[in-house]
Amino acid sequence: MSQLTGRLSENIVHFARALRAAGVPVGPGAVMDALTAVECAGVGTRQDFYWTLHAVFVKRHEHSLLFDQAFRIFFRRRSSIDKLLEAMLPQAPAREEEKPPPGAQRIQEALMSSAGEAEQKPPELEVDARLTVSDREVLQKRDFAQMSAAEIAAAKEAIKRLVLSLDEVKTRRLAPHRHGHIIDVRRTLRASLKAGGAVIDLKYLGPRSKAPPIVALLDISGSMSQYTRLFLHFLHAVTDARKRVHTFLFGTRLTNVTRSLKAKDPDEALAAVAASVADWSGGTRIATSLHAFNKLWARRVLTQGAVVLLITDGLERDPDDRLAFEIDRLHRSCRRLIWLNPLLRFAGFEAKAKGIRTMVPHVDELRPVHNLESMGELVKALSASGPRAGDPKAWLEKVA
Amino acid sequence: MSKTPTPRALPASIDATLDLLAAADYLADRSLATVLFLALRMGRPLFLEGEAGVGKTEIAKVLSATLGRRLIRLQCYEGLDVAAAVYEWNYGAQMIAIRVAEAEGAHDRERLEHDVFSERFLIKRPLLQALEPDPAGAPVLLIDELDRADEAFEAFLLEVLADFQVTVPELGTVQAKAPPIVVITSNRTREIHDALKRRCLYHWVGYPTAERELKIVRAKVPGIGKALSEQVVRFVQALRKEDLFKAPGVAETLDWASALAELDAVALDPATASDTLGVLLKYQDDIARIEGSKAKELIDEVRAQMRAAE
Repeated sequence: MSQLTGRLSENIVHFARALRAAGVPVGPGAVMDALTAVECAGVGTRQDFYWTLHAVFVKRHEHSLLFDQAFRIFFRRRSSIDKLLEAMLPQAPAREEEKPPPGAQRIQEALMSSAGEAEQKPPELEVDARLTVSDREVLQKRDFAQMSAAEIAAAKEAIKRLVLSLDEVKTRRLAPHRHGHIIDVRRTLRASLKAGGAVIDLKYLGPRSKAPPIVALLDISGSMSQYTRLFLHFLHAVTDARKRVHTFLFGTRLTNVTRSLKAKDPDEALAAVAASVADWSGGTRIATSLHAFNKLWARRVLTQGAVVLLITDGLERDPDDRLAFEIDRLHRSCRRLIWLNPLLRFAGFEAKAKGIRTMVPHVDELRPVHNLESMGELVKALSASGPRAGDPKAWLEKVA
Repeated sequence: MSKTPTPRALPASIDATLDLLAAADYLADRSLATVLFLALRMGRPLFLEGEAGVGKTEIAKVLSATLGRRLIRLQCYEGLDVAAAVYEWNYGAQMIAIRVAEAEGAHDRERLEHDVFSERFLIKRPLLQALEPDPAGAPVLLIDELDRADEAFEAFLLEVLADFQVTVPELGTVQAKAPPIVVITSNRTREIHDALKRRCLYHWVGYPTAERELKIVRAKVPGIGKALSEQVVRFVQALRKEDLFKAPGVAETLDWASALAELDAVALDPATASDTLGVLLKYQDDIARIEGSKAKELIDEVRAQMRAAE
């Protein structure tokens, strides 16, 4: 095995840089590995060279495609790196002007007759009327859809302060526990040796509990457009607080934005999300999106007792049997399916729209989420594993 | 671990690696052979990810058999901890030793502690076993279905794979003289952390091409007829293109081929295919979709393809 020629190693270094620009995370360690690997394998056929570099640079299945394209372009015309970089740079989709929300009409239809008078009234206004009205309380009850820019800024701050305490789920892992039921022989023996083995003081183990993963499926279609931004802020806050949170956005197709939301700064995270999604404020294809989720992601993210937050108004463009099938499959593959529906803000809400009626029987909880107060209650619900509010059947009975 | 296979040297080239695997009837494609060869040469763990039943675990078994190394398998599960993966003390024996020491009137605490926490009372679990020297050469360590273990174990593994050493607080650090050949598999039911993957050579094991799958079926199911084996493979390949919840892997193809051979089938017909579909597909929704008319349609397609190929 001969020493690598300077030119080849130089090319590998450049190639690594190109891969990085294309979005494949390649550290300096990987470049060193690549040089070693090529030296080990020897530069034989083009195919062997391809797979040698592939073995070192690709650490995720989805990067395989990027690698393939980069390799093809790069090693066909080694000199034109600039061209490669240009071709591989992620292109930000051109932002369109704000258009009127196309779903507004459909919301009206779904609410039918009762919408008119109840529209502006928050559900629990009478109960809380006795409280002195401070700014903060107004903010708590104000519908996200009706907030001014300043209020939205204040709401973002409030969302940041929402504390998500740990929802405890027992795992199979054991930890030292004062009131446990299993004797920890290892610690017991160590402790008894301190006394020369004369006294045996039993130590115990109990199951350790851990927060279950959260998977959020957020509808970003036109009818939800007034809410999506704040929900994204909320999901960013949750992602920050918990370790295992996966976020997917869907309108007409499904996009995984988990990685983008991991950025510490909320504005930076949201900008990254915006750049990666192509179907903002369009129509809704809930069944299609759920199908994609069930097929591609469910088995990868719904392990270890995941809680699913489905955030949508349920106004499906074309509800049919597929929707029932997909939501049922989703329900059966997670521990708890919580449907958050901003339409529930209307006091006279009735589950009349066909899509909503199809989905309701398959969720564990149906909750309103349209203002800070309801968001706060959601956080409480996520934190507690006690009795649950929001029995979805109640909404069906209302109609019947 | 009673049988002591004859040790063999590591393969010297990618072609030699392919031959080595083929000698044990494992027909790998060149990409897998390349990454395996590099893992062996560079002494790095091999991280294999892919759908269930594409032969990830089999690689480790084949390596152990052909290289004549001991196979140490660690099956991961939720709640897997150090006591089950690395070491545990033999408490029963320790208790007896303490009682005996007491009966003899020994009250030297330090001495007692030293005696009780010695290698004699140590039960070695897979990870510790893999670090021990072996006359046949460093063993093959198979860490199977890592995605089933929790993140805490993954973090612990990071330390083991970086330096090939573990620390037993009472005994000190155990370091491997020759690092074991490590094969990690994952079914991707969750994402494994990048930090761990970075230490490994990664490879996605996909479904084989029709040509290679046919060779695999003929090598592994000797009793099967020429026409039937080709029909089986073409049918399965067509099935993978359907919109199924879980497409059949190579393991399922082999099971199905064996099942059909057992039934003395000479050629594939819709009735037999529908009856034995449970061997290939493991979800009721999938079976309901394919059973009957769809199976017949696929078989007609397969027949047409074979006629065209002649």
